[in-house]
Amino acid sequence: MRGNLIWVLFKRELSSYFATPIAYVFIIIFLFLSGIFTFHLGNFFARGQADLMPFFNFHPWLYLFLIPALAMRLWAEERKSSTIELLLTFPITITEAVLGKFLAVWAFTAIALFLTFPMWISVNYLGNPDNAVIMAGYFGSLLMAGAFLSIGACMSALTKNQVIAFVVTVVVCLAFILSGFPMVLDFFNGWAPQIIVNAISSFSFLTHFNAITKGVIDLRDVIYFISLIAFWLFATAILIEMKKAD
Amino acid sequence: METMVEIKNLCKQFGPLTAVDDISFQVGKGEVLGFLGPNGAGKSTTMKMVTGFLTPSAGTVTVDGYDIAQSPLKVKERIGYLPEGAPAYPDMTPASFLEFVAQIRGLRGREKYRRIDDTVMRVNLENVLYQSIDTLSKGFKRRVGLAQAILHDPEVLILDEPTDGLDPNQKHEVRTLITDMAKEKVIILSTHILEEVHAVCSRAIIIANGKILADGTPSDLEAKSQYHNSVTITLRAATKKSAEMRQSLLKLPGVKKLEKLVEADSTLSYQIFPEANRSIIGEVSQHARNQQWEVEELHVEKGHLDEVFRTITTDLS
Repeated sequence: MRGNLIWVLFKRELSSYFATPIAYVFIIIFLFLSGIFTFHLGNFFARGQADLMPFFNFHPWLYLFLIPALAMRLWAEERKSSTIELLLTFPITITEAVLGKFLAVWAFTAIALFLTFPMWISVNYLGNPDNAVIMAGYFGSLLMAGAFLSIGACMSALTKNQVIAFVVTVVVCLAFILSGFPMVLDFFNGWAPQIIVNAISSFSFLTHFNAITKGVIDLRDVIYFISLIAFWLFATAILIEMKKAD
Repeated sequence: METMVEIKNLCKQFGPLTAVDDISFQVGKGEVLGFLGPNGAGKSTTMKMVTGFLTPSAGTVTVDGYDIAQSPLKVKERIGYLPEGAPAYPDMTPASFLEFVAQIRGLRGREKYRRIDDTVMRVNLENVLYQSIDTLSKGFKRRVGLAQAILHDPEVLILDEPTDGLDPNQKHEVRTLITDMAKEKVIILSTHILEEVHAVCSRAIIIANGKILADGTPSDLEAKSQYHNSVTITLRAATKKSAEMRQSLLKLPGVKKLEKLVEADSTLSYQIFPEANRSIIGEVSQHARNQQWEVEELHVEKGHLDEVFRTITTDLS
């Protein structure tokens, strides 16, 4: 694995977002929706607390629809325009290609996330929040975005059709969110052994994300997201190797 | 001649379909190999395996001594590839695209800019360098594709239908470019335009249904034509004398048969076929002179490549 080549691929991919309206549309909608969620649905003011909990609480739901839209083109587009044939006959490995593209789209969501900083400024202006907890929240949100993106990358490698990639990614991500939802866990609680209920809940984005946003960065939560990303990217590389000619 | 590309018993199966069926050949430095074949013959699939995009079901590809299965990166470094349709990232400009390809190919600093400038000049991209690729015409898009293929001055060039869909001037430009590079490289190109084989190729391979059916120089292939060494003669003479003249031509030594092309308005035109491996132009012209015929046209056919192509590729079914 050669870092300089991953960097070259990363730069090309990231600049391609800004060469098209995708970047601007995505960022504007992301900021707009996170504002609405935080202030209207999250009762930011009525809670009377100086923190960003209402902001972060909605991130899984925001990501559920926005991230698959971002990830769906990652490989489907390469295949549709046949540039995949170019990319994979350059002297690079599939791992380098998968990493370069993934890191670019992840960096792009980091940029979008960074642009929510006015939220952080407001809460500091209005009160005295625990900024360490807020940083942890951003860190957790970024990790979770990476997990969503890795699933999206894999589904995008599966098909040439971006609509299918989008829908399948939403469904898979939804499953990863819901597995930690009280409603779902209650359903299993009645009859399934505790160990299974715990296993289901431990696979959830929510369980790990909520833990981090409370300000406790537990290594296990970080490892959970990182290994999830690694697993889906590994699957992406295998799928591309298998299906590149389709 | 130094062998650069060696293909041995190459096969590719897509499910129940055999796209490439036991193909073997070698190409040496300085050769321009034309891949001919009907659509779906396995030309592109073979090229995709040589460039390392597809993994062969069986067989080996060796480029400059490196096996593609063992050292794919070494092989890919040595190859420049123009895929069918010349794909490129539509949202980039030729300038940024070539910069990207140069970096991927490991070119740096002054060398990088020298290669980019040289390539841009060779394929005449100067005027569209900063326009986005999706706004370019087909001809310019093809040049961008060619540019990325030759950017790193590869030893082996693989071009899948490099002139497909171009106008005659653009075709001529691309062919000139190929001929210019032919000496120091190995070039493999696919085409279904037969005149192209004459224009650029030093050797041609005809494939159909995934098998090699013929392999030789363009003239070797033409010699397989029934028109090879046949003589076309056009005369000015009264139509009523035609039967007599035909008879006299048929009596000449070495003449096998005669085909009527035109017999009207006191213009008579015939195609005269020789017996195998004989040349009859001498006899025919001598005879015409002796008879004091008024000859308007007299020439020897080299053979029709398209006829050879049709005969070879349709025999199968």
